[in-house]
Amino acid sequence: MSQKVLLNAKEVNIILHRLACQLIEKHNDFSNTVLIGLQPRGVFLANRIAKILREDYKIKNIQLGHLDITFFRDDFRRGEKPLEANTTTINFIVEDKNVVFIDDVLYTGRSIRAALTAIQSFGRPNEIELLTLIDRRFSRHLPIQPNYRGRQVDVINNEKVKVNWKEHDNEDSVYLIEK
Amino acid sequence: MSELSVNHLLGIKYLKEQDIQLIFETADHFKEVINRPIKKVPSLRDITIANLFFENSTRTKLSFELAEKRLSADVLNFSSSQSSVKKGETLIDTVNNILSMKVDMVVMRHPNPGAGVFLSKHVKASIVNAGDGAHEHPTQALLDSYSIREKLGDVAGKKVVIVGDILHSRVALSNIFALQLQGAEVMVCGPKTLLPKYIDSLGVKVETNLVKALNWCDVANMLRVQNERMDISYFPSTREYSQQFGVTKELLDSLNKDIVIMHPGPINRGVEITSDVADSKQSIILDQVQNGVAIRMAVIYLLASKIKQ
Repeated sequence: MSQKVLLNAKEVNIILHRLACQLIEKHNDFSNTVLIGLQPRGVFLANRIAKILREDYKIKNIQLGHLDITFFRDDFRRGEKPLEANTTTINFIVEDKNVVFIDDVLYTGRSIRAALTAIQSFGRPNEIELLTLIDRRFSRHLPIQPNYRGRQVDVINNEKVKVNWKEHDNEDSVYLIEK
Repeated sequence: MSELSVNHLLGIKYLKEQDIQLIFETADHFKEVINRPIKKVPSLRDITIANLFFENSTRTKLSFELAEKRLSADVLNFSSSQSSVKKGETLIDTVNNILSMKVDMVVMRHPNPGAGVFLSKHVKASIVNAGDGAHEHPTQALLDSYSIREKLGDVAGKKVVIVGDILHSRVALSNIFALQLQGAEVMVCGPKTLLPKYIDSLGVKVETNLVKALNWCDVANMLRVQNERMDISYFPSTREYSQQFGVTKELLDSLNKDIVIMHPGPINRGVEITSDVADSKQSIILDQVQNGVAIRMAVIYLLASKIKQ
């Protein structure tokens, strides 16, 4: 197994600030926008973006939720390993809101498909956008594309993209791992 | 652990402590789901479940049916009073006929103890025991423990007294197994005639004085007097039973602590507990009902995930 650094801590930081600025450009004061981090790994990115918006860009009233898609996945009973659920924390209704899904890596698009169904349990959003740190090109199984992307990478199928976060994995970094 | 150690839920005595924790953690997620504006997930859309009730039931049947529908399973309902069982069909024949319609899971209540175990050996489907005679009622025990965990933070180390008709109660037996597995201390309390002979072998404390029992416990689980299972008189009169083993507000207030009151339903108001106790802040009876749906969703979801395609 070999691994290669795709992004180091400094690059991750620059990209996070750029993504935050792109969100501000579109959503202004976020009065009608909610950020939804997808469990499990999208939550770290969502928390980080929300922190930057609050602290560096002084935007108050950022609404942030965490959505677990386990029960909406299309591979129940199809894999070797059982699916493990995570916590959903959405303390608001998304009716008529502009929703931004936040996930670390966009690969086949199936998680996002599940999230599109799952979010309907909380109301009918006005629109839904997708923000992703890493966009794996040429690997989509569904017609889903991000609105905001950190970095687009070409990765073949037996390679894995691993995003690390300081609060969970001791460093901010993105690795390309060859299985 | 992310998978149950069993393929059927036949009784608590077949489960490990980790199984119970996995069911509780999964139920936590489903409890959040059933409090959403839209209370449904599509996980089990390719699973068909038959609810076979060979004995009357209101809340258990509704609770299972709701849990199945919240998970998007297809549901068949069957009750023996309107079926060919009356024409002399055997249990295995009845179930195999239903399974030939491509049913993946069977939820069964049956008046005979061991009916679920028997069925699990003879048919190809996941079996969930929804009560078999005076043997076990595992989902009730799970939701009772889950409600204690929710109210008091943990089950381990808690003192729980089960009061009433222990002899005829599948709820009591499943509760004793479940509570002991999680490290709680268990006492049973009731008239001697309604305590089974083998009670000492279960490792529980036995008390015939309700006031002493309530002073000892953190939680009192009040069972219903099951008149329908009593072929002889076990106590002189209902009035005498309620005077000796019924919980009143005055009795609760006379204790030096706030204990939690539970009841698996249906309540005989004025017999096991008075109305003001049933409706008091110390009672978690309606929480038990809500938790029942989440627990049954968890059990069905976890068993269904073991059915291979």
